[in-house]
Amino acid sequence: MIPAPFDYKRASSAAEAISLVSEYGEDAKFLAGGHSLLPLMKLRLAQPAVLIDIARIQDLSYIRDAGDHIAIGALTRHMDVEKSPILAEHAPLLSFAASHVGDPQVRHRGTIGGSIAHADSASDLPATTLALGATYVVQGPNGTREIAAADFYIGFLESALAPDEMLTEIRVPKMNGATWGFQKFNRRAQDWAIVGVAAWKRGTESGVGLVNMGSVPVLATSVAKAIAGGASISDAAKLAGAEAEPQSDLNASAQYRVHLAEVLVRRALESTSK
Amino acid sequence: MAGSILGNRVLRKEDPKFLTTGGVYVDDLLDEPALQGALHVTYVRSTVAHGVITSIDTSDAASMPGIIAVLTGKDLGLEFVPSAYNPAATRTLLATDKVRFVGEPIAAIVSNTREQGEDAIDAVVIDYDVLPALIDLEEAMASTTLLYEACGSNVVFDSMVLGLPDNTGDAYFADCEVVAKGRFLNQRVAPCPLEVRGAAASWGKDGRLTEWLSTQHAQGAVAPIAAANGIDASMVHVKTPDVGGGFGAKIGAYPEELLLGVIAKRVGKAVRWRETRSESMVGLGHGRAQLQYVTIGGKRDGTVTHYQLWAIQDSGSWVDMGTILAPFMTRPMSSGVYAIPNIECRTTSVVTNTTPTVAYRGAGRPEATAAIERAMDIFALEIGMDAVEVRRKNLIPKFMTPHTTVVGQTYDVGDYETSLNKVLDAADYKGWRAKQKVARDSGATKQIGIGVSVYVEITGGVGNGESAKVEIQDNGHALIYTGTSPHGQGHATSWAMLANEQTGIPIENIELVWGDTDLVPIGTGTMGSRSLQQGGNAVFAVAAELVNKAKSVAARLLEASEEDIVLDKDAGSFHVAGTPAVAKTWADLAVAEKQSGGLVHSDVINVSGATFPFGAHVAVVEVDVETGKVTHIAHTACDDAGKVLNPMLLEGQIHGGVAQGVAQALLEEVCYDPDGNPITSNLADYAFISAAELPSVTVVHMETPTPINLIGAKGIGESGTIGSTPSVQSAVVDAVSQFGVKHIDMPTTAEKVWAAIQSAR
Repeated sequence: MIPAPFDYKRASSAAEAISLVSEYGEDAKFLAGGHSLLPLMKLRLAQPAVLIDIARIQDLSYIRDAGDHIAIGALTRHMDVEKSPILAEHAPLLSFAASHVGDPQVRHRGTIGGSIAHADSASDLPATTLALGATYVVQGPNGTREIAAADFYIGFLESALAPDEMLTEIRVPKMNGATWGFQKFNRRAQDWAIVGVAAWKRGTESGVGLVNMGSVPVLATSVAKAIAGGASISDAAKLAGAEAEPQSDLNASAQYRVHLAEVLVRRALESTSK
Repeated sequence: MAGSILGNRVLRKEDPKFLTTGGVYVDDLLDEPALQGALHVTYVRSTVAHGVITSIDTSDAASMPGIIAVLTGKDLGLEFVPSAYNPAATRTLLATDKVRFVGEPIAAIVSNTREQGEDAIDAVVIDYDVLPALIDLEEAMASTTLLYEACGSNVVFDSMVLGLPDNTGDAYFADCEVVAKGRFLNQRVAPCPLEVRGAAASWGKDGRLTEWLSTQHAQGAVAPIAAANGIDASMVHVKTPDVGGGFGAKIGAYPEELLLGVIAKRVGKAVRWRETRSESMVGLGHGRAQLQYVTIGGKRDGTVTHYQLWAIQDSGSWVDMGTILAPFMTRPMSSGVYAIPNIECRTTSVVTNTTPTVAYRGAGRPEATAAIERAMDIFALEIGMDAVEVRRKNLIPKFMTPHTTVVGQTYDVGDYETSLNKVLDAADYKGWRAKQKVARDSGATKQIGIGVSVYVEITGGVGNGESAKVEIQDNGHALIYTGTSPHGQGHATSWAMLANEQTGIPIENIELVWGDTDLVPIGTGTMGSRSLQQGGNAVFAVAAELVNKAKSVAARLLEASEEDIVLDKDAGSFHVAGTPAVAKTWADLAVAEKQSGGLVHSDVINVSGATFPFGAHVAVVEVDVETGKVTHIAHTACDDAGKVLNPMLLEGQIHGGVAQGVAQALLEEVCYDPDGNPITSNLADYAFISAAELPSVTVVHMETPTPINLIGAKGIGESGTIGSTPSVQSAVVDAVSQFGVKHIDMPTTAEKVWAAIQSAR
């Protein structure tokens, strides 16, 4: 429960952070809210030589209406995502999902960008932004580029971010009155989901993201395709496991996870929240 | 006279400190002069569940920054010590020949800072010849691989060695109309006190060893510390700072604690040790871990005539206190609250390659209660009778003189049916049954389950009494010295209430001294729900005697006859009856007695035996039959602990006990992989319950005083973990019994419930 020794650097701007990470290379890790990285370091499962603290980069904490989408700074805390009136109006699914991350203490420290960059399939926000068709903006030594959420998650705790790139903004398309549901199935209120589902539906259009149903957050495209083809919600939900490759672990067998995903996808899509 | 303080909701004297500056735990002893410059001890632990140590190389670790020494059992010349419960089982306090569980300490790193010690762990290279890991109890029982060769078996204790008979099997039930059988796992759980283990040790110039210890029983630690350090017990001084919970797991002193004096002597400096949570999850003793084979038989009218229990107790990898809980606590309580004429109970304790088991809140009685209560449920299901009616039919009728069960246990007083009736009324049992019917008839996704348990337990079974000393200071304030060891129970408040009742000294002027073996050499500590009925009782008796002493002093000062002296408790002064104007205060008397040893009285007050609190719980759960998810929606507890001293403290004990009991029913389980690696060694993986998973608990009042002690009190510290667990488990099964489910082992996780529905349907 005591991390291995490391050096600590604090960046005051994205440019400085990127310059520091270019200098230290793969030995360096960005520290934002610390709620994923620090536990791993305390268990010595992660032993970065250098921590680059980006938590105080003020201009990366914001939630703005940008026309067809909402732009969220990567260092915006979960609590701000949860309480944002802009998101409540245009992307309530994301606010609601953020309100289920950990407990209030975690939500006051953890950031949306940290959660997404950590690329943990068991976290709520990667799958939720995936379901919403979000785009991630990343900045590197040669400027910025955009990565679709669907292209971002590559493997277990592995993303399309290059070692010298930093996630700076999350762009979430406005939901435009879609109904939505978020289902988090866990043992205890503050636990990671055994299975989670973030889903929205607008007519025959829909998006379904699955939490903890494989090594990466899963976009349940078969469900959306079935809905688009006129299938009923309960029939479409039976395809929830089609893209998933869930693991068996302490909390659930793979078979049970698939069953849960089917039930929870149905419940999420049947939800009439707007 | 303002009336008695006893029975009132007196606010805890302890709380202002805990709520503001916080407690002072072992790790907070930063200003302690004897610990200035203390070095840090970090233990290197086995990463293998079962194996022979072939080599230990400490050289790389020893040359790392800040490392003062890396010490193995061989370096320290440690000798094999036998278990108190089976002397054929022996071990060294640091493993030297064999390791028997992941987490067993092998070497001690001494460093300038904690961080340096932690950094050096991986540099200690230990080679093992790995042996098969025995995790499953029945596999361990049958295996030819032995944890302790000298024991000749992995069975390290069996009730038959006590001269008790073996169970006779199915033949026992030949005359029964109905027989039901079950195999119930009372799973292994972790006590998880918020404060993990910690200790510090320092040798004085006088050659005495002082050890600060997070413990439930300082006096009990003296002899083992003396033995480990090769010194006389008089040369050991144990001090207890604030203790952040123990739940039974901090009764005995552990190897990591016993060795600190040895290490301090070796390095010539004081040392400190505090484990991490991950270490605590494998190093602090575990609880429960009992596999139960149950058979129950009787008549179709609901009369239970025969009951047979074989309890296989998992000792873990050491023959510690957990080993003997089954024969000495589960077996005597196997009859529960029922008048069953024929009972057989055998217990068998088995070592496995897991963390040793110890006493954990309830310690043997929750297991006994769970077994008989589950048995009653499966019997009721078998004959198609309401589980409450089956219970009612078999209850021991109200008794106000001692009652002895067929297993030979004598209960003090009991009125089980009244507690059952009270809890059913308060919980609106009939109303919930009606709601359940509506949900069943409509085939709703959310089904309702109702579980009822009736229990009796044994408290104050540890020790025959307790020491107490009450001393009046010059300012008239009182100091109470107690042999109990509060770590959350509120003794500073309750003992002050008891002393106030006798002396009239305001509770804010009464301070408690405890857990320091120089100041309180005699004490049995806090465990087994004994404190109030033995420690509190002693304070009550000693304070009364002190009042008599004070009267004789007052008589002398007032030149009156002792019989004419009265104590005005409101004024806190003594006077001759009828002439209150001429009075002597407690302070006057203390000053007067200063030259002749002070105004003080101390004694060890014995009690005539244990007490048997009882009660009944009703749990209501909602089960999502599509997912198996259980939500505990209501809980009502009627716990009769005899005369109540402070209802607020009683309710706190019930709330906390219920939470821990419900946690076992619904969530908590220590798990290992097949190689014996712990997979629940942090609080993210181990499903420690939180308030969000619990309903508000309704507490129903009932008082049946015991004649065993002066204050009529029985224990309440463990009742919640005894009554709640089977009621919640029963409620979960009840919710899905409509599908043909008869039993689900604890913890009743969503997947287990879902799987039970699938396989029954």
